[in-house]
Amino acid sequence: MNLKTLETQKSPKAVKMDRKLQRGLLHLFLMIVSFIMLTPFLWMLSTSLKFPNEIFTYPPIWIPSKIRWENYFDAFNAVPFGRYYFNSILVALSVTCIVLLTSSLAAYAFSRLKFRGREILFITYLATLMIPFPVLLIPNFLIVREFGWHDTYAALILPPAFSAVATFLYRQAFRGIPPELDDAARIDGASSWRIWWNVIMPNAGPVTAALGIFTFLGNWNEFLWPLVVTNRAEMRTIPVGLSFFQGQYSVQWELLMSAAVIALLPIVVIYLFAQKWIIRGVTISGMGGR
Amino acid sequence: MAKPQRIDSQWKHWNPQQQSEGYLFLLPSLFGFSTFVIIPILISLALSFTEWDLIRPVSFAGFGNYYELLTADRIFLKVAGNTLIYVILIVPGQLLLGLILAVALNQSLRGILCYRLVIFMPVITNIVAVAIVFQFFLNRDFGIASGWIWQIADATGWPVAPPDWLNSQELSKVAVAMLTVWKNVGFSMMIYLAGLQSVPDSLYDAARVDGAGNWQSFFHITLPMVSPTTFFLLIIQMIGAFQLFAEPYVLTRGGPAQSSLSIVQYIYQNAFEYGLMGKAAAIAWLLFVVILFMTLVQFWLQRRWVHYES
Repeated sequence: MNLKTLETQKSPKAVKMDRKLQRGLLHLFLMIVSFIMLTPFLWMLSTSLKFPNEIFTYPPIWIPSKIRWENYFDAFNAVPFGRYYFNSILVALSVTCIVLLTSSLAAYAFSRLKFRGREILFITYLATLMIPFPVLLIPNFLIVREFGWHDTYAALILPPAFSAVATFLYRQAFRGIPPELDDAARIDGASSWRIWWNVIMPNAGPVTAALGIFTFLGNWNEFLWPLVVTNRAEMRTIPVGLSFFQGQYSVQWELLMSAAVIALLPIVVIYLFAQKWIIRGVTISGMGGR
Repeated sequence: MAKPQRIDSQWKHWNPQQQSEGYLFLLPSLFGFSTFVIIPILISLALSFTEWDLIRPVSFAGFGNYYELLTADRIFLKVAGNTLIYVILIVPGQLLLGLILAVALNQSLRGILCYRLVIFMPVITNIVAVAIVFQFFLNRDFGIASGWIWQIADATGWPVAPPDWLNSQELSKVAVAMLTVWKNVGFSMMIYLAGLQSVPDSLYDAARVDGAGNWQSFFHITLPMVSPTTFFLLIIQMIGAFQLFAEPYVLTRGGPAQSSLSIVQYIYQNAFEYGLMGKAAAIAWLLFVVILFMTLVQFWLQRRWVHYES
């Protein structure tokens, strides 16, 4: 006879009670964690709607007695937020398109075409993954300065638009596509370009989606690079603009919190609707396709 | 993958222009990659052996920058220490919390998707915005974190005072670490969840038959089975924690008295505030060496604790 565990010796009713208790505790724990995760957002939202006299109260007020929507207009008009939005969307979209295009082309070459130096080039790509961004920060700043690109979209878009990670992920995905498919297309007379566009890319949809979301979010949220290559307010992206806003309005918390809401809202709303895709995109790309 | 190789070589006979086609496909990527990654690496390395303020001509300094940083620059030693403390606070925090949350969420429980949604949310948010929110949240005089502690003190008569997270030399680093863990723990959780879901149920069933309890199962099945995940997270989060920039830059501005200044912030200051390009490049390379060394150490240590399926 096997040793009987404590659980199996209990009556079925007791086991059920145990399980209920366990679930209850688990819910309690997860609720506390969720509350901690949400509190900063809720406090931000609450403060962003307050009149200044309700901000510094004790005990803290969660629901303002009078709501001041004007905070949002004041914050939006204090700095060119509309322009920041435009810049962020333009930069993040452009970087994403260039990354997807150049990386998938390169990955096609690395996985499907034979040419001299293929392996050594691929290894070079992989090796650069070890180099942390701070090493590239200063020389890239100098290159941008040399090109006369300071305060231009070219400086914001081009340097981050070439990704070894994306190339690597695409290559992994392409290798999983049966070569018989290319084979058939080639017999029908398709060129490599057509095979890349009509055979390989349609079969790599999930990777494109994951990488696209990951690249877009990463560049939408990027702070250090746009901070370094922009001086004029009109060229700032949302994170950089927000950081300068903080410098100017450091004590007007209701405006700062409104600005933070303005900065966070669109991504959070998109996240609520497309959470499955976003979580998948971020984790898959973040894992390097493992 | 022997088969694709064979077909590749067949194509070579059918299609003699593949040689040049390969370069053509690679060209856009290679062009950008050379300009913004490979050449910059070389420039940066060369720059680290010079002194340059962008105005006067470049002058060769040999190992001067490195020597000065490692022997004479007190602030550098301080920020290196700060950064190490960040790694020590952040990495285990994220691994431990991420694993606990993943285990809790790896059950059939109502509302799982909702918890997951909430816990992952900070991952996708903008660090500048949430750091500003944390600045307010942790403010000693009117932050909600302090408000709670005052309320506890009032309710219980217990003489506690809220800590001044942002203006204390001891706590500023902890505040930055809390923000970082709060923001990124959802990522660890999701990766761990994927790891947990690949552990076969048969292992747990077998353990239960042998009379193992929940804790025994956790330590003898779950932990070893997710150890490759732990190793992966350890590496990428360590690399990330060594490169903290926006978190201290926005939350504490590196203060008070450089107590929360990170290495990357110091690189930024030297390059763009003091105009010391050569020195900034040298710090970046020292950072690279430390990251590489720590990564190799972890790869060496992993043989002792990471369990791979054969």
